[in-house]
Amino acid sequence: MRESLGNWTKSGSPWIWLNAGAVAISVIMVIGLLALIAVRGLGHFWPASIMEADVRELNGNSFHLVGEKVETVSVPVEQIRAAGIEIDTDQELVDRHLIKIGNRDVHGTDFRWVLEDFIEEVRYPENLIAVERHEWGNFYGYLLALKEKDKTVAVQAAGENSIWPEFKKRVDRAVEIHDEIYQIEKHEIGRINYAIERLRLKERRLEIDGENTPENLAELNAERSVLNAEYEVLQQQLADLYTAANRDSFVARAMNGQEIEVSLSKVVRVYQPNRMDILDKMGFYSAKLWEFASDDPREANTEGGIFPAIFGTVMMVLLMSVLVTPFGVIAAVYLREYAKQGFTTRMIRIAVNNLAGVPSVVYGVFGLGFFIYFLGGNIDQLFFPEALPAPTFGTPGLMWASLTLALLTVPVVIVATEEGLARIPRSVREGSLALGATKAETLWRVVLPMASPAMMTGVILAVARAAGEVAPLMLVGVVKLAPSLPLDGNYPFIHLDQKFMHLGFHIYDVGFQSPNVEAARPLVYATALLLVIVIALLNFSAVAIRNHLREKYKSLEM
Amino acid sequence: MKENSPNAPVIDFDTPALRMHRKVRSLKDKIAEIGIGIGGISVIIAILLIFIYLLYEIIPLMKSASVEPVAEYQMPATSVRPDEARTLYLATEEQAEVAMRLTSVGEVVFFSVADGQVVDRVQLNIPAGTELTTVASSGPAKNLLALGLSDGRVLLIKDRYRITYPNDERLITPRIDYPYGEEPLVISEAGSGLSKIAVSETDSSLLISAVSTDKKAYLVQYLKEESLLGDVTIERNSLQLPVIENDIHSMLIGPDQNWIYMVSNKGTVDVVDTRDMDTPKLNARLKITEQNSGIGDVKLQLGGISLLVGDKNGQLSQWFLVRDDQNEWGLKRIRSFEHDGTPVALMLPEHRRKGFLMLDEKGQLSIYSTTAQRTMLTEKVLGAAPVAGAISPRADYLLLERQDGMLQALEVYNKHPEVSWTSLWDKVWYESYEEPAYTWQSSASNNEFEPKYSLMPLAFGTLKAAFYAMIVATPLAICGAIYTAYFMAPALRRKIKPVIELMEALPTVVLGFLAGLFLAPFLENNLPGVFALLILLPIGMVGFGFAWAQMPDKIRHAVPDGWHALLMVPVVLLVSWLALGMSSTLEIALFDGNVRSWLTDEMGIPFDQRNALVVGLAMGFAVIPTIFSITEDAIFAVPKHLSYGSLALGATPWQTLTRVVLPTASPGVFSAVMIGMGRAVGETMIVLMATGNTPIMDVNIFEGMRTLAANIAVEIPESAVGSTHYRILFLAAFVLFMFTFVVNTLAEVIRQRLRKKYGAL
Repeated sequence: MRESLGNWTKSGSPWIWLNAGAVAISVIMVIGLLALIAVRGLGHFWPASIMEADVRELNGNSFHLVGEKVETVSVPVEQIRAAGIEIDTDQELVDRHLIKIGNRDVHGTDFRWVLEDFIEEVRYPENLIAVERHEWGNFYGYLLALKEKDKTVAVQAAGENSIWPEFKKRVDRAVEIHDEIYQIEKHEIGRINYAIERLRLKERRLEIDGENTPENLAELNAERSVLNAEYEVLQQQLADLYTAANRDSFVARAMNGQEIEVSLSKVVRVYQPNRMDILDKMGFYSAKLWEFASDDPREANTEGGIFPAIFGTVMMVLLMSVLVTPFGVIAAVYLREYAKQGFTTRMIRIAVNNLAGVPSVVYGVFGLGFFIYFLGGNIDQLFFPEALPAPTFGTPGLMWASLTLALLTVPVVIVATEEGLARIPRSVREGSLALGATKAETLWRVVLPMASPAMMTGVILAVARAAGEVAPLMLVGVVKLAPSLPLDGNYPFIHLDQKFMHLGFHIYDVGFQSPNVEAARPLVYATALLLVIVIALLNFSAVAIRNHLREKYKSLEM
Repeated sequence: MKENSPNAPVIDFDTPALRMHRKVRSLKDKIAEIGIGIGGISVIIAILLIFIYLLYEIIPLMKSASVEPVAEYQMPATSVRPDEARTLYLATEEQAEVAMRLTSVGEVVFFSVADGQVVDRVQLNIPAGTELTTVASSGPAKNLLALGLSDGRVLLIKDRYRITYPNDERLITPRIDYPYGEEPLVISEAGSGLSKIAVSETDSSLLISAVSTDKKAYLVQYLKEESLLGDVTIERNSLQLPVIENDIHSMLIGPDQNWIYMVSNKGTVDVVDTRDMDTPKLNARLKITEQNSGIGDVKLQLGGISLLVGDKNGQLSQWFLVRDDQNEWGLKRIRSFEHDGTPVALMLPEHRRKGFLMLDEKGQLSIYSTTAQRTMLTEKVLGAAPVAGAISPRADYLLLERQDGMLQALEVYNKHPEVSWTSLWDKVWYESYEEPAYTWQSSASNNEFEPKYSLMPLAFGTLKAAFYAMIVATPLAICGAIYTAYFMAPALRRKIKPVIELMEALPTVVLGFLAGLFLAPFLENNLPGVFALLILLPIGMVGFGFAWAQMPDKIRHAVPDGWHALLMVPVVLLVSWLALGMSSTLEIALFDGNVRSWLTDEMGIPFDQRNALVVGLAMGFAVIPTIFSITEDAIFAVPKHLSYGSLALGATPWQTLTRVVLPTASPGVFSAVMIGMGRAVGETMIVLMATGNTPIMDVNIFEGMRTLAANIAVEIPESAVGSTHYRILFLAAFVLFMFTFVVNTLAEVIRQRLRKKYGAL
């Protein structure tokens, strides 16, 4: 049936199509956004081929280019000319590539924009090596020689690959030593420092309490000398390890022809991406992915892993759910089962409901003012006078962050639990009461078990919200780099007063406060992807539980 | 029981054990009831505590000042000629424990503020037979005192205080330093006595201006030059000031030694321009009092920019130099302060804040804040005008010398004078500004900074961000919700709804990060394409709809009713691809290849990369699911028989929707928009990351803004606890809290009404 335009318009169909379009746009936006994060986040770990090319600019400059191609954009020629670059082309658009050239120690920057028109013949030589380092970013270039204690032990011409196996072997050794050093510095020396600090506080405490008798002090000093002796031993071990780590170095040629020597103790991993086949690449990919999930960050958070952030987020969320669950459930039970239903409860219900809509930063302000400065300050005065003026709990930390987020999410739990309680049919309650159970027994044995999925839903939603909140945390406890995890082997094991790292804040910090945003960007995408996946899973499980719950009570209502 | 039936099992429900058991059970029940009651109420109270605590932090801002007399004693006398000694200058040190009295006989007496005990006496190095005639301070920053002598010379001193802690108690030892030597500097070569003096010191120059008893005005500059080796050479320049006619009440030197004010007793001021130090020029002679009244007192405010004038009619005003359109400077009356008309006797500017204390002839004390134009206090503290007075550097102690030779010490409580309704929400004429303005600038590097606490730019930024977000979100969310609730096939609806609701769960930090690092550069590079998309998308969708209507039935019927949204997906993708693909072409064709410079040069619209458009899109994205889900529920909840009735009467589905369904659901839609608005207003991370966070007031979509929430997140970690800044940030949080709370409550009430209405249907 053909319709005339007039009739078609009159029937309102254009509007319906527009509405359908709105749905389509929304869906495309969600899926597009997730896809964008996923592609950019996951793509980063794939070993990109290293290109080599000669670049000849019109003004006579020419240089040798070695690096990974990161991005290509089309730019109107006008803009290029406006930027003062001569270009000879009839086209209106030219392609511009962003090349990661690495070697920050040589070039000063990691990235370089190059116009397609200036590039002459791109090659992918198999013998190019990529070196991930602890400082100065990646190195790309040709391996020339290996040295041991400043004596050359192996040489090859640029473009050969004969000493690669030897090189790999020595790198593996250096990495092993590095791990050992890390183990000692981070854990054993960290433990001793912590113990010495505790002794100092103990001494101060004795002084404050007026118990600094010679016997007590002598005891402390004895403990201290034991620790110092241990420390000396470790120091010696470290010195040996450092000498061993600095034994080897390699010489390589960077893209501008400069030969640089790098100690193997600075190397994280070496690879030759142009030589790798698909299986090698997949192996490399999973190694990088594992590093990302399990390692500490390097180079001002722009390289390495995000394990401390994952750990901090999980700790904070766990603590928060431990706090929020009982309080939320009790408040909901009180409101629904015990309080007299009337105007007041209705008002409270509306107020609680609306608190979920109060901006999170307001909770942050409250947490900072009330929990940290007021409560924390007083706790310090009462229980930790020995550490003053350095605050213990009077400063942002894990406990206050969890407490603030618990307050932020308690409305979510209350609302969800109440909804669950409201869904339980009266008949069930009355049946229990008629059999002689008291109200508390009915509640404990009948009502709460039936409402437990609703509580679960509430807690999961609360966790999902808490995991994604950043604004209040910025005020009450997260830091860009925490020296140690809030859970470790040092007494009292959980350090509630410590600051911690958080995935969401990590995204903000690395993406916006980092000195090298361009280099950090892929890592931020990966972090965002991880956060989104965790939160999406939590939400989907909440939805699944809710649906399951509905099904269950449908049968009861019959 | 026992006789009833011999076969029945005998159960005794009244054994002591069972009785005990019942008691325990009922006790447990009671405990549970009480426990849950207490727990529940305390959780609810804890939640309300937010509201109370925010208020508790804000209330001190509203408090006015108060004073309390703490001590009264005979003014400590000098050791020589105690009867002739007049107090020329009174001051206290930082802690307000030790005060200094500088007398006309050239003796400095340091005494304890608490009880008047003399701590130390210092006889200054002045020739016998000469007297101190006048004293001027260079202001609280350098704290240099210039003492004018009756022989035409000037002695420069600094009062210094050394703090030691013997036996863990604070001990303050005063002393006098002579930074320019113990020998007085010659000002009047003729040796005529100085009657008024002013001094200003910078790192490289010392400027002294003075009037002698024979009505000559002097201007002497000493230039310090430090050679590479560290030797200091001092060069003396003596200059003549334009002739003066009236008798001078005060001389004052403006900031950077660029301006000199000579205030006459008749209430006029000569403004002398000394920017070119070799040829001082008279800039203007102005009347600064009303009705020919004489000057009561005139002082420079902290920083030296403003003149504070109090006259014999009791009028108080603030003046400073303002640059006009022709780049000419002129002294302007900025604001005046309330007073009851009693002649002004003494004015004391505060050392750390833009404010002053005033005492009038009747002995009334008034405390003013200039930026906030606020009278903090008016109270009668003395019987008559004071002889001399001093306010401590921390503005917590006030010393007044009475005419009967007694000294009165008062403690001053004046914590937050910078805040008033005007300073928060109105235009304020800040020092050195050309006109009154809304400005948020909470901190700067030096102590003489005038904090600018106008919340207007922040509130404006908040509403601007919310406005653009709502423009993006409202149509998309409501249209989407209408389709999903009313037209979509149930099977599809069950899949689409969770997908859109997933948007709500996305952490805003992820959205903000994408907005700042992906969307902002993307929009900048594809601006023409994005605007083309806005036009082409609706046209494309409707065009496809019409084309679809013209399709053969076979094809049209292949897609069942309610699945048309899926058909739109490729359409939207195709149109977007086309529009963005032609972005560069459009840019070359219409905007000379560069939209940014075209906007800035041709249209005069400044362009920031992180602008309101980016925020609008990103925050719109965050708000869509909120509005969508509530609207969808509201429309879906409209009873089906209403629309069936309408359809049965021959209305088209669209007519049914607009005439029957939407009016019924409209309160729900309204409340959805309100809740979405509440979310947009309070959103922090997206705005923080997707804008430049500059507190400007401009509706331009291509410029950024700073919102209340982002401002809190940025500034509160660095503000000092309990400071005015800290409390104002709490006030900002409170404003956000109240705004969202009121909006949400309203929305909730409307929604409940709606629910009731449907219940009736």
